[in-house]
Amino acid sequence: MITLEHIYWLTGLMMAGVSIVNARDRTNPRRFNNTAFWGIYAVTFLVGSYLPDLASGFLVIGMVLVASIRGLGQSKSEGSSREEREASAHRWGNKLFIPALAIPVFTVLGTIVFKKITFNGLPLVDVKQVTVISLAIATIIALAIGMSMLRPPLSAPIREARRLLDAVGWAAVLPQMLAALGALFALAGVGNVVSGIAQRWIPLDHPAAVVTTYAIGMAIFTMIMGNAFAAFPVMTAGIGLPLIVQKFGGDPTIMAAIGMLSGFCGTLMTPMAANFNIVPTALLELPDENAVIKVQIPTALALLAANILLMNFLVFRH
Amino acid sequence: MFSLIGIVIVVVGFVLRMNPLLVVTVAGLATGIAGGLAPLEVVAAFGKAFITSRYVAIVWLVLPVIGMLEHAGLKERARAVVAGLRAATTSRVLLVYFALRQITAALGLTSLGGHPQMVRPLIAPMAEGAAENEYGELPQATRYRIRANAAAVDNIALFFGEDIFIAIGSILLIRGFLDQNGIHVEPTQLAIWAIPTAVCAFIIHGTRLLLLDRKLRAELQRKPTDA
Repeated sequence: MITLEHIYWLTGLMMAGVSIVNARDRTNPRRFNNTAFWGIYAVTFLVGSYLPDLASGFLVIGMVLVASIRGLGQSKSEGSSREEREASAHRWGNKLFIPALAIPVFTVLGTIVFKKITFNGLPLVDVKQVTVISLAIATIIALAIGMSMLRPPLSAPIREARRLLDAVGWAAVLPQMLAALGALFALAGVGNVVSGIAQRWIPLDHPAAVVTTYAIGMAIFTMIMGNAFAAFPVMTAGIGLPLIVQKFGGDPTIMAAIGMLSGFCGTLMTPMAANFNIVPTALLELPDENAVIKVQIPTALALLAANILLMNFLVFRH
Repeated sequence: MFSLIGIVIVVVGFVLRMNPLLVVTVAGLATGIAGGLAPLEVVAAFGKAFITSRYVAIVWLVLPVIGMLEHAGLKERARAVVAGLRAATTSRVLLVYFALRQITAALGLTSLGGHPQMVRPLIAPMAEGAAENEYGELPQATRYRIRANAAAVDNIALFFGEDIFIAIGSILLIRGFLDQNGIHVEPTQLAIWAIPTAVCAFIIHGTRLLLLDRKLRAELQRKPTDA
């Protein structure tokens, strides 16, 4: 059976390759920082499941120190010129889209098909992780299509991965780091403290005030945690269930559905949701790392207001 | 109360623009210690949480293919395709992607998008190419603005589309949590009540996208490029 562990090995091999390409590149003044950073990251993928927690913790701290003391650099070499790419684009035409679109198409296909394939009574892939595993398999198929079509040197994919990954830099690891921070927040009971403050300081004796507090609280707490999934249980246990549902007789289904979406408004406004808001600025080479958030804030606020109105209007109708 | 120290560190760190990896690590360690763990226990807890969160990074597996295709001119081709379409403007390109992304997400096809695999190689170059059609070579600031908008479209369409699908993570989480509290809800009901917000999201962000063309026109015609 193909499990998440196999996909981690594959990711680890890619990170190791990126590390090695960096080690051999003399045009990057900080090449050994990059080598160490991606090298340690590779180790966490290749053997992370077997390491003692403390060892993993020190590996992570090592990565952070490498990235923050003197920092990571970028290669000055390679990269094709615009003219070369224009010529190549002209030559290949729309065929270039085939491998690119193969990624989403095969991912979706995988999520549908893999659930049904069994081998000696066992499923072919771990059904709980089917989306992630399908994505990984789809990228391998896309790579095979691309390689047989373009016939670049065998080392091209890993050199290109290095170019893009170094362009993203430490931001590539930030989402994972924030997920780890969320786990520590949960361990230390940060959520209960926050909902305690909300209950103590906000006037909650009118249904409209409670609904508004719940929706805005979901958004703000999501901004702090970077994730609506972390905010939902805390806010719903602290304010939603005792007040909206039990005290004022609101409908729990409507409250929960719109409450979660209020949290998503918060996700649009916070750098803590790094994979949605910070990583794309690195990927798109934007100088302002808050550029995406700034575009999203007006929509997020308008939508939060819409959610508050919707919840006020719908939740007490029954 | 003291366990909120981590939040304070994060806010201060982000405001002072320190390296976010360092800020988050320090915040995590401080939170753990404030929560009563011994220093080595905190390091271990942090390491464990980092290892169990590795699935977040699997999306980087697309980089070798995307990089190879970019080298072969994928972005340039995406621009050229849009250049061939008279009707294509930046607003319209982004609006079409917004609608497709929201609808497919609502059908559970959340992986038909994403920043590394769709926005960087295809959508952002197409949106830029549409503007180039009309205004010629773009100032760098305009390029950045268009790209940021392309990234935002992917996020907003995904967030307010996926909750209409009954088997998505957030619906399962809501259901599990309410079950623990003795309230049974149907996933289909949760999905139905996500529709009003989804419609609002389309109206609000769709309108803003349509206004983007006007903004670009005002901006680029005020400062015409030397040509």
